[in-house]
Amino acid sequence: MNQASRDFEQLIVKWLTPALAVLCVVAIFVACLLGSTPLPLDRVFAAFFAVLIDGGDVGDQLVVWSIRLPRALAAFLVGAALGLSGAALQGLLRNPLAEPGVLGVSATASLAATFSLYYGLVSISPWVMPVAAILGALAATALLAVAAIRRLSVVTLILIGVGLSSFSGAVMSLLMNLAPNPFSLSDMVSWMLGSVANRSFNEIILALPFLVIGSAVLLATGRGLSALTLGEEAASGVGLDLTRQRIATVLGAGLATGASVALAGVIGFVGIVAPHLVRPFVKHDPARSLVPSALLAGLILVIADIGVRLIPTDNELKLGVVASLIGAPVFVWIAMQRRSLHD
Amino acid sequence: MTDMVVKNLTVKAKAATLVDDASFRLAPKEFVAVLGPNGAGKTSLLRASLGLELISSGSALLGGDETWGLSPAVRARRIAYLPQIRPLAWPNTVRDVIALGRFAHGAALGRLVGPDAEAVDRAIAACDLSQLQHRAVDTLSGGELARMHCARAFAAEAPLLIADEPIAALDPRHQFRILDLIADFVKKGGGALVVLHDVNLAARYATRLIWMNKGQIIADGPPSETLTAERLSEVYGVRATVDGTKVEMDRPV
Repeated sequence: MNQASRDFEQLIVKWLTPALAVLCVVAIFVACLLGSTPLPLDRVFAAFFAVLIDGGDVGDQLVVWSIRLPRALAAFLVGAALGLSGAALQGLLRNPLAEPGVLGVSATASLAATFSLYYGLVSISPWVMPVAAILGALAATALLAVAAIRRLSVVTLILIGVGLSSFSGAVMSLLMNLAPNPFSLSDMVSWMLGSVANRSFNEIILALPFLVIGSAVLLATGRGLSALTLGEEAASGVGLDLTRQRIATVLGAGLATGASVALAGVIGFVGIVAPHLVRPFVKHDPARSLVPSALLAGLILVIADIGVRLIPTDNELKLGVVASLIGAPVFVWIAMQRRSLHD
Repeated sequence: MTDMVVKNLTVKAKAATLVDDASFRLAPKEFVAVLGPNGAGKTSLLRASLGLELISSGSALLGGDETWGLSPAVRARRIAYLPQIRPLAWPNTVRDVIALGRFAHGAALGRLVGPDAEAVDRAIAACDLSQLQHRAVDTLSGGELARMHCARAFAAEAPLLIADEPIAALDPRHQFRILDLIADFVKKGGGALVVLHDVNLAARYATRLIWMNKGQIIADGPPSETLTAERLSEVYGVRATVDGTKVEMDRPV
């Protein structure tokens, strides 16, 4: 490789994150423009800054601040949490196919949430369901953290994740099987499919602390993921505290994923696709892939959610369904591309 | 006081004794080769000495401190450890992988500055990798990979080095090349403990040989004293003739 192309590569590495950040802001703004009620640019601006300067239409403010902006923000936060968790878990497990689902965190979180729906606990308070999802995620991460403290191998962690996923799936099927009435069944199904429709700032605020703490833990321990490129033995050889790294990554990904499930239900594959796209631009370094992966995954979900809203269907498509329709084939493609060398 | 001092080290896994009452010392300016058949406990001895494997009894001191009590980063700054080479998870650049040798010094990839960048440059120069430093690791040959891992260990600039079979699966020219690099490291004041399977090369490069069999260290001394036909027959179960540091081996009678 010559100097010129190396310089170009450096330039990409340097500008990738700022460029993605700008695109995210633009996408969220565009999401506020588009929808069933057409709002022209000047009215959206007026509604946006109504807090600062008097003016603008009250109806417009309602559409922007209570419907479109929280929905777009929720899509972004869910995507960012899943992209960050996916990138971190891929670094920890040294496998590009890892994602929050692999460790069973999404499944356990959604099981706990389904429970709260099943027993009608949501009627006590609308916050019961998000809290249940986060507790479910924490239960899964606690189990995984115990496994990590006992220095079980990464393969064992994945197998525990597979077990958690299967068990959660089975219990969930059982609950749907025994659903007392078609309404609670459709409630559960619609939530399991994953969506950010009708999200308010209340739900975002409840999920946000977990999301922020989880993300902070993942970002603070990112450097260790670079060392894990060498394999666990050599990584501890260069000075990585393996046990601490495993606990931090599992806990951080658990918190962030639990918060995302609380906000939007199960949305798969974005945690695999975004890091995969980012990796070649950051020289395949897991640490440097974290922030761009989060931003790109957030961007993908904001755009996908705009698509979901604009596609004219009788029932609005669920974001999780669209994400899987696009993500699952990409997942298979990545798996087919993998060379046995890395296993 | 940078020496590694291992005393009466025993490692047990359930009923099996992997390392049995082993004692040795590794000091700067020494090139120590560990010899012994597969399953003799060489890797367990190294890992337990480094504090990576649980010790049943005995002690392993590094610069006066028990290794199991040292934080991984402090230990890594006192001794570089090169385990048996495993494939890398991602196709990173050669320079980035070598920079991971500075992990214990707080270096982050892509933001390599000051002493970290200088140490990486020195290691790249020492291992003759300047032409390859911007290549992706999945484009390297086995010999080039081995050199890169050596550079990674040297980049740590720790006074001691432990390498587990660094020349396994290399062609003869690359075997010499890697051992020359380690010999250079020793000449500059480092101390190296290297697991080898080639008795001829061990006798040629090492200042001391540690012979292991069935978990025990059965001999520890310069090749001139410890390399004998009887020992080769005892340890490897082969017929051998020894002429100075030249060894001829044949299947057992």
